[in-house]
Amino acid sequence: MEKVIESTDISKAFGSTKALNDIAFAVDESEIFGFIGPDGAGKTTLFRIIATLLLPDKGEMKVLGMDCIAGFKELRKNIGYMPGRFSLYQDLTVEENLNFYATVFGTTVKKNYDLISDIYSHIEPFKKRLAGKLSGGMKQKLALSCALIHKPKLLILDEPTTGVDAVSRSEFWAMLARLRQHDITIIVSTPYMDEAMRCDRVALIQNGSILTVAPPQKIRNGFSRKLFMIKASEKYKLIIALRKYPGTVTAYPFGDSVHVTFSDDSIDESLFRFLSKEGLSKVTAVETEAGIEDRFLELMEKGAKV
Amino acid sequence: MNNSVITVRNLVKKFGSFVANDNLNFEVYAGEIFGFLGANGAGKTTTIRILSGLSAPTSGEVIVAGINASKKPEEIKKQIGYMSQKFSLYEDLTVKENIMLYGGIYGMSKSLIKERTENLLEKLNFRDYGNKLIADLPLGLRQKLAFSIAVFHEPKIVFLDEPTGGVDPITRRQFWEMIYETASRGITVFVTTHYMDEAEYCDRISIMSEAKIVALDTPENLKKLYNAATVEDVFIKIARPN
Repeated sequence: MEKVIESTDISKAFGSTKALNDIAFAVDESEIFGFIGPDGAGKTTLFRIIATLLLPDKGEMKVLGMDCIAGFKELRKNIGYMPGRFSLYQDLTVEENLNFYATVFGTTVKKNYDLISDIYSHIEPFKKRLAGKLSGGMKQKLALSCALIHKPKLLILDEPTTGVDAVSRSEFWAMLARLRQHDITIIVSTPYMDEAMRCDRVALIQNGSILTVAPPQKIRNGFSRKLFMIKASEKYKLIIALRKYPGTVTAYPFGDSVHVTFSDDSIDESLFRFLSKEGLSKVTAVETEAGIEDRFLELMEKGAKV
Repeated sequence: MNNSVITVRNLVKKFGSFVANDNLNFEVYAGEIFGFLGANGAGKTTTIRILSGLSAPTSGEVIVAGINASKKPEEIKKQIGYMSQKFSLYEDLTVKENIMLYGGIYGMSKSLIKERTENLLEKLNFRDYGNKLIADLPLGLRQKLAFSIAVFHEPKIVFLDEPTGGVDPITRRQFWEMIYETASRGITVFVTTHYMDEAEYCDRISIMSEAKIVALDTPENLKKLYNAATVEDVFIKIARPN
């Protein structure tokens, strides 16, 4: 089966800033392929190259079997792109925006309605409302509908859920999963680690380089140490104290506990005595399974040191 | 003894016939980290604008840092710090220039600005960035700097509107440690976020849904009340986006 995206040695610099360095990866048909990485890692730059909006300095990028530079005209008919910021026409209504995009791609809303109905039905009651007056979650649904209206083979979503509440995010990902039935391949970038788990495969990108590409479960299982979950009476005091403790390798706040690794992969009385001396009470410590975010933090720390 | 820095009683805000805030009642205490959560469109930004003296209530009582928001909103601005994701610093000015600008706006003396600038740059490890344009800094560093500037004048309260959106997990955590450290100095932190794990860092949280507050308590108590493992589960149970 031919790859939907095949990238070799893609590099791009803006002045003295190296945005992308020798990026190589491949995406399979009907995959949901995620890009996770900090702001400034290069995700948006890479997506723009794939969407034929930006030229790479060197390297080869094949999308849907076509070269991203030579085949750009044909590619644009087959790609749906949702950029990071809401970019539809704020002074057109929901309905007007959708009709506009359908027309630009030489199709009609009616023709591909069944593809977007799942998504569009949530905002259809508001179709006469100006796009600029929609809430964050609704804007996102409209943008997705417009990106799909011409039935693209590849959907490119650049941080589609940033700034959107937890309920809407969950709904959005459920919609993405259903798009697979229509043989649409999806590449998506996100700062939310839990969303990484909903991808088939994930690429971790940092400082313009890809650190790893694998199914999220595999990435999570690659955590190199034992992980411990520690709680105490005062959160901030606990973090400071744990960082002072000589056996600690890493200590990160994680919601209502701190995730800690130790140099000898174990804890004993000395830890509890130390924390007690630091004025902490109600200390609990249990070994716990590393989640994907723990592994990403580990990889990013290592990546930063390179 | 009342150590409330924010008192809100029967707050109503209407835009024409649309009710954005429907009879809100809550208090925030000195040195607290108070998380203000809610779905998009629930009315959070409206409330924050009223609390920061940028918008007047339609009715009800709002007291911020001892000042009545309906009567003297301008006075509130002097007592608070504010940082949002959408705007925080001037991109075409350098790090030092931004610090000086805000210091001046806060009414700080030149010598105080100079002294605190040194401390700030040291604390953030920004020694080499002093003359860099904000536009050339990555988002994570910008956010950390913006926060430091928002509390540069040691206000009673600092309002943070989704301060960590899009920022990587390491920088997010560093940012929250800055918040903890600030609260430990007695500055109250009023923060909104869509990251549910960040809600767990707060002392108390409130959840808004469709113009009303539908929950207000410690994360621990809310999880017990709603039989939920995480604040995210609580949120999904009770916050209905429109």
